[in-house]
Amino acid sequence: MSRTPRLLRLLLVAALSLSGIHLAVAAPRLNIQITGGVEAAQPIAVVPFGVSEGLIPPVDVAAIVSADLARTGKFRPMPTRDMLDMPSRHEDVDLRDWSLLGVNNLVIGRVEADSVGFRVSVSLYDVFRGNELTSETLISTKNGMRATAHRIADLVYEKLTGQKGVASTRIAYITSTGSGDGLRVTLRVADADGYNPQTIVSSGEPIMSPAWSPDGRRLAYVSFENKRPAIYVQELSSGRRELVASYPGINGSPAFSPDGVRLAMTLSKDGNPEIYTLNMLSRELVRLTDHYAIDTEPAWSPDGRSIIFTSDRGGSPQIYRMSASGGAAQRISIDGDYNGRASYAPDGSSVAMVTRINGSFRIAVLDTQRGITRLLSSGNLDESPSFAPNGSMVIYATIHGGRGVLAAASVEGGGGQRLSQDSGQVREPAWSPFMR
Amino acid sequence: MHGSLRFTLSSLVLLGLVAGLGGCASTPPPELPEPAPATTAPLPPQRVPEVSTAPAETIRPTYAGPWEDPSSPLYERTIYFDYDSAEIKPEYVALMRTHARYLGSHTDTRVTLEGHTDERGTREYNLALGDQRAESVRRVMLAEGVLPDQMATLSYGEERPVEPGHNEQSWRRNRRVIVQY
Repeated sequence: MSRTPRLLRLLLVAALSLSGIHLAVAAPRLNIQITGGVEAAQPIAVVPFGVSEGLIPPVDVAAIVSADLARTGKFRPMPTRDMLDMPSRHEDVDLRDWSLLGVNNLVIGRVEADSVGFRVSVSLYDVFRGNELTSETLISTKNGMRATAHRIADLVYEKLTGQKGVASTRIAYITSTGSGDGLRVTLRVADADGYNPQTIVSSGEPIMSPAWSPDGRRLAYVSFENKRPAIYVQELSSGRRELVASYPGINGSPAFSPDGVRLAMTLSKDGNPEIYTLNMLSRELVRLTDHYAIDTEPAWSPDGRSIIFTSDRGGSPQIYRMSASGGAAQRISIDGDYNGRASYAPDGSSVAMVTRINGSFRIAVLDTQRGITRLLSSGNLDESPSFAPNGSMVIYATIHGGRGVLAAASVEGGGGQRLSQDSGQVREPAWSPFMR
Repeated sequence: MHGSLRFTLSSLVLLGLVAGLGGCASTPPPELPEPAPATTAPLPPQRVPEVSTAPAETIRPTYAGPWEDPSSPLYERTIYFDYDSAEIKPEYVALMRTHARYLGSHTDTRVTLEGHTDERGTREYNLALGDQRAESVRRVMLAEGVLPDQMATLSYGEERPVEPGHNEQSWRRNRRVIVQY
């Protein structure tokens, strides 16, 4: 019964996505490949959403929801071709059929016209218990339909795992092409699935170290556009930006405090790389470290009370922790002769960092309470780990096929994916907070 | 900082030569002039970028100094470092003395000590390491009588390699401080 409209819808979606090229931002998209094992993932069916007669939704909502769920590593969406039936209304659902197909959960939905654009309704079922878990209706503009699909994926994810989903979050990253005078470095922000890439700033000189403000509205970064490293803070919606640090020497490693008021950074204006905090309201600059060794890569604890950083004061780069107002520092990294670029998991119980093992630089997660270090990656030059805001995954930079790409790994093991551009290098991912 | 960030076209040409001698015509040094330093501004696409960027630095051919003459002792301007180290190796002391002597007798001449690292290790740590390497060279030059105002330091960390390879052969050439006149 739903066959004809579905076919029509698919054709129309295809036609639309062709014309959509003109709407797209010029930036190339990140392509995602799932690389992690899905064996432990829960089987789920996301049925193609029904569409009311004559309506043309700009995206395939169910396909986006499926892809979002698959990327978490916790779900294994059933291929559409294996579905025996494609219900889009509650009264057409027969959960016994779905239980025979071995899926734990079923998602159905419909897209209907609304004065704003579209009204998308969705229902989630527990196939074995035989009941509906939740049902929601979302109103969406045409341009907001991808975002609406991500919200549905997050809704399903949260209902089934008890944890907030990250399908609606974004990723900032650096891309570069060429070298020497042909160098072109760009800071971009894209949706967590690689779509909607937007250029934030682009330069013929290096750009480094993007860092999100806790409200997800601003990015701090290091740019060499004036032939020296300087720290900028840029508002994403307006493009307005402010030069916040341009002292003699290096100006690097910006990191927003959890309340968004202070920016930790590394400056070498006093002759040596030291960690400072800049209060962005009062403009007060406070120096936190005082050591002839390198002190850099500050990262705040989620409660804002302490800062972890990289220092080679003990002879090799290691992770130390100190009060956010400075003072004595204790080493927290345990194993290895190189540990750097640490950042806290959102719950503060562990830190992700770069660690060298047998000459290879890999991503590790250190459980700070139990003192256990676990490797998350297996490359030789992996770097720049960044936790998803729900703590479930870590995104990092790696080299694949001789090119810089991004990879994400599930913290619990299992799920993984690779994000690459068709050309050029991609590096320094920074996962956004939950958007407010 | 002071005017030491100015670069002459001739010194750039020279650097091209150095790179050529090293068997690599690829990655030229950072200062190669680009017509406009480029930073385009921000944007969600519908907004008008209002960030103005650095005005293009005018780069004119100027007097070629002796550091451009392959037969001059000033021609050698790169100091190489061990992995994760900012220590000056003894074999480079003579090179630095040569430059210090020249700068001591040409107090109008300014240099930028440009520190670089290889790609191993984290990027911001390497930015700091490049800074320390440049600082090590600056201290030796100060001790050799160069005036503080004649020198500026600049670290590019691992962002501007001369060699793109992921191997020791490339890495050793990337761990460097260049005395840029």
